[in-house]
Amino acid sequence: MNDMTRPIGRAMPRAAARRHAAGRGRFVDDIAPAGCLHVAFLRSPHAHARILSIDLTAALDLPGVVDAFDGPACAELCKPWIGTLDHFPGLRSPEQHALAVGVARWSGEPVAAVVATSRAIAEDALDLIEAEFEELPAVTDIEAALDPEGVRIHENYDSNLAFRLDLNAGEPDAAFAGAAAIVERSFRFNRQTGVTLEPRSLLADFQPGTGELTVHHSTQTPYQMHDVYSRHFGIPEERVRVVAPDVGGSFGLKLHVYGEEMATVAASIRLGCPVKFIADRYESFLTDIHLRDHRVRARMAVAADGEILAMEVDDATGIGPFSVYPRTSAVEGNQAIRLMGAPYRMQSYKGTLSVLFQNKAPTCQYRAVGHPIACMATEALVDAAAGALGLDPLDIRRRNVVPDDAYPYRTANGYMLEGLSHQACLEKLAALMDYDALRRDQAEARARGVHRGIGLAVFVEITNPGPAFYGVGGARISAQDGCTVKLEPSGAFSIAISITEQGQGTEAIAAQIAADRLGVSPERISVVSGDTRTTPYGGATWASRGAGIGGVAVMKAAEAMRANLLDLAGTILQASPEALDIREGVIVDAETGTERMSLAELGRILYFRPDTLPPGTHPLLTVSGHHVPQGYPFAFTNGIQASHVEVDPDTGLVKLLGHWVVEDCGTIINPLLVDEQIRGGVVHGIGGALFEECNYSPEGQLLSTTLADYLVPLASEMPDIRIAHVATPTKTSPLGAKGVGEAGTAASGAALLNAVNDALSPFGAVLAETPLSPERVLRALGKV
Amino acid sequence: MRAAPFAYLRPNSLEEVFAALAQFGDEAQLLAGGQSLMPAMALRMARPGVLVDISRLGELRGIALEADALVFGAGTTYSQALRSPLVAEHAPLLALAIPHIAHEAVRSRGTLGGSLANADPASEMPACMLALGAQVVLRSAEGERAVPMEEFALGTYTTAIEPGEILAAIRVPLPETARRTRFREIARRSGDYAMAGAALVSDEAGEARFVLFAVSDRPILVSGAPNLDAVLAGIDTEVEFFPDNHAGIATKRHLAGVLARDLLSRSALKEAA
Repeated sequence: MNDMTRPIGRAMPRAAARRHAAGRGRFVDDIAPAGCLHVAFLRSPHAHARILSIDLTAALDLPGVVDAFDGPACAELCKPWIGTLDHFPGLRSPEQHALAVGVARWSGEPVAAVVATSRAIAEDALDLIEAEFEELPAVTDIEAALDPEGVRIHENYDSNLAFRLDLNAGEPDAAFAGAAAIVERSFRFNRQTGVTLEPRSLLADFQPGTGELTVHHSTQTPYQMHDVYSRHFGIPEERVRVVAPDVGGSFGLKLHVYGEEMATVAASIRLGCPVKFIADRYESFLTDIHLRDHRVRARMAVAADGEILAMEVDDATGIGPFSVYPRTSAVEGNQAIRLMGAPYRMQSYKGTLSVLFQNKAPTCQYRAVGHPIACMATEALVDAAAGALGLDPLDIRRRNVVPDDAYPYRTANGYMLEGLSHQACLEKLAALMDYDALRRDQAEARARGVHRGIGLAVFVEITNPGPAFYGVGGARISAQDGCTVKLEPSGAFSIAISITEQGQGTEAIAAQIAADRLGVSPERISVVSGDTRTTPYGGATWASRGAGIGGVAVMKAAEAMRANLLDLAGTILQASPEALDIREGVIVDAETGTERMSLAELGRILYFRPDTLPPGTHPLLTVSGHHVPQGYPFAFTNGIQASHVEVDPDTGLVKLLGHWVVEDCGTIINPLLVDEQIRGGVVHGIGGALFEECNYSPEGQLLSTTLADYLVPLASEMPDIRIAHVATPTKTSPLGAKGVGEAGTAASGAALLNAVNDALSPFGAVLAETPLSPERVLRALGKV
Repeated sequence: MRAAPFAYLRPNSLEEVFAALAQFGDEAQLLAGGQSLMPAMALRMARPGVLVDISRLGELRGIALEADALVFGAGTTYSQALRSPLVAEHAPLLALAIPHIAHEAVRSRGTLGGSLANADPASEMPACMLALGAQVVLRSAEGERAVPMEEFALGTYTTAIEPGEILAAIRVPLPETARRTRFREIARRSGDYAMAGAALVSDEAGEARFVLFAVSDRPILVSGAPNLDAVLAGIDTEVEFFPDNHAGIATKRHLAGVLARDLLSRSALKEAA
């Protein structure tokens, strides 16, 4: 696969990058049909409140306002939903409405909608709505949510517990009893949110004449949303179409069902007009899913030689007032609690997960779901254990990672790992970063009063999920993907794929895979994606599954097309298909490479002169392929990251000096895009560990509602990120490719946390709360 | 969000500005660079009835060297000040501070007068002007008055500007002896509002003005400079600290001490520009 003349394995920029750089993107808000109306939402000003009355009269009287409706009116069109799945036994969440009915449960929850000829007028009308609320006590803190005597968010539930999971493997009690050292940390991972450049956007257009609903939607999952719109609005599946045009970033936040989107569809059905909703940054902060609000108590038992014997983890996570539909809000905690210690040979484990309702914005799956939590807790404890035993952090990891020759391997928590390369990655990283030289530099700098730190983080990453992820729980979310390939008369091809593009290069790698199998250059492949009417049905792009699953569908379709074309060429050329090959757009003699006929000539004959073919030849010139992973429920990837920092003990500021990643995603289809996915992912993880925080008041008011308050990572603070690879192609797929979109995010925060603690070790200061703000650093140092 | 409805006026002279202010009173809001006002309007936190756009008024432009002062028209943008040879020569503190103000796009529109009139306690310009002993020239239909910076910034977003008045110019006095300046702010990312900041102006006669900002409700001239111990004592007794989203009172107080030690240490005083 390393043949540089073949499209698979070639570093190529994605074609769309040039179009976007030229300002010619076409996002939902660029689509403006005649008569398009705009919606704005009245939101609960309280974290928890009974809705006493909503009077829309004055709003409806404002010139330009076309419609206004509240929760009960919306519910007449839109069936409520419940964010539970059967494979999380005991998970509970009440019915959720598009617009709150009766009680509002987070500050910012939409309670009424106004539709007007412009968004500005709709917002003017919001001021005229007379809404009365009775404020109720709010539960915001995780410990308060756990309190059995405390306020309950849902009257019908006996507590605020949405889901509980207890794991027990091996003999953790014996392991702790016999340990040479036990290290312990109490972590607090504070809430973040996703900040996509393009906010959530939707244009719903219901045609009363045909009963047809077309939704242009900035979504990762057009098929899932197609199904949701069909079922919740009672519109037959064949009368729904969901189109995702250019999508300006997603990171997981654009695969959930949001009340605003459903209410916008309801507005279009009420009015028979196109209605647009473009979230502004303020309402994005209030209502986009949040993530990673965890309180983790964890301890680790180690033997005198550094062997990790066991971990015990208690994770309590706040998910807001509802489990998010349709993927649930149990997945993040579930993955966090199961991924603890996953890179290591440790076979004893005790874990408790409490998933809790609280009066804050809902949390749900986001890039590297649960992984950063598991990785930060595990890797911080590994460093603590190394410290307790006087071992070097690199050395203790060498002693504990699952050896490269031990696969397939079953982790303490039951994950089956097919083929990972921790040892190879670890040694490659040590060389790449020149670990020993950095340690010498650290010692020399300390002597000058400069506090540098080095942090390591080993990780595994869940990719290529099969039906075990959602389908078995009853979710109508496809685990398979498809591709249709069409021969064009010129010898070019167009492909339609069910995996979707949000800027990461899905279309580019699909073209490369198709080109590789069809014997043409990727430029000769055009790609259609993100339209449920014109593309095959599939799961689309999330959980690092696009390349690993959708890529195989493309491969299969392209191989089927290739076989058809060689058959037909053989018929025309009176040659055996096996003796022919397609290279650079030309049918050649496979042995000698001699040109026999161009694909253009073949296309001309097949489309315009089929009369010259032998009787009975009915060429199939559009073919499809589908793929679903079988056998292993996931394809795990692995890698290791390192962070190098300098901490100013006076100001608490952390300066990022360097970051390194060695990663194994199997077969690499496009090295450029893989590295950029890792870089972007690393920055995401750094953002979470260093800057990003959804800051709530104790009463449940979100305080960080602008980009001046919610700090995303900027290029100016980011270090150089050096990347290298170990490639262990997965045997679970003929393509050998695993996912890579989340690997950077999984461990960069853990490496950074360890680096900061390493820098502060001369002071005896330890941080276990993220983000690592200057104030928290100063607090750890005892200076404030 | 979109701004609430407003009327827009673009007067061609200060006379017309005064007329507009007289006519619309509290409803009127002056628009200069708009770098704070427009986002506030977009969030509907500011809802002016009439926006009076002074951004193109020639009378508010220009940096002029007078006998005893460097005079900035209120409409001078950060970028203009940063590029000005007069600033480099006579008020290098501003050239040290301006690169810390947000990012290039903001600096090319935001104005010195706008920053002073907005009186955000985390802003760099009010602190620098206070350290430089500047006076703010307020003009109205009745005439003009000069207010020293010490009496100008009264609190968060609150100044000594009276109804009918406009901040027309800023006068930075020229020093009698050579002036040394230092500036530092502590921010989490480049371009962010500071968690704490400080400006120092000292002269060869041993006089010094040390100003803290982003720690209280206005820039604070702490007494005792250039004596470090005296300033540290002043920080304890003279500054009422205010928290923000990124730093509580204890952190602000600690960082104020860090800044004082840094700017007022003996070696730092020697190195100052």
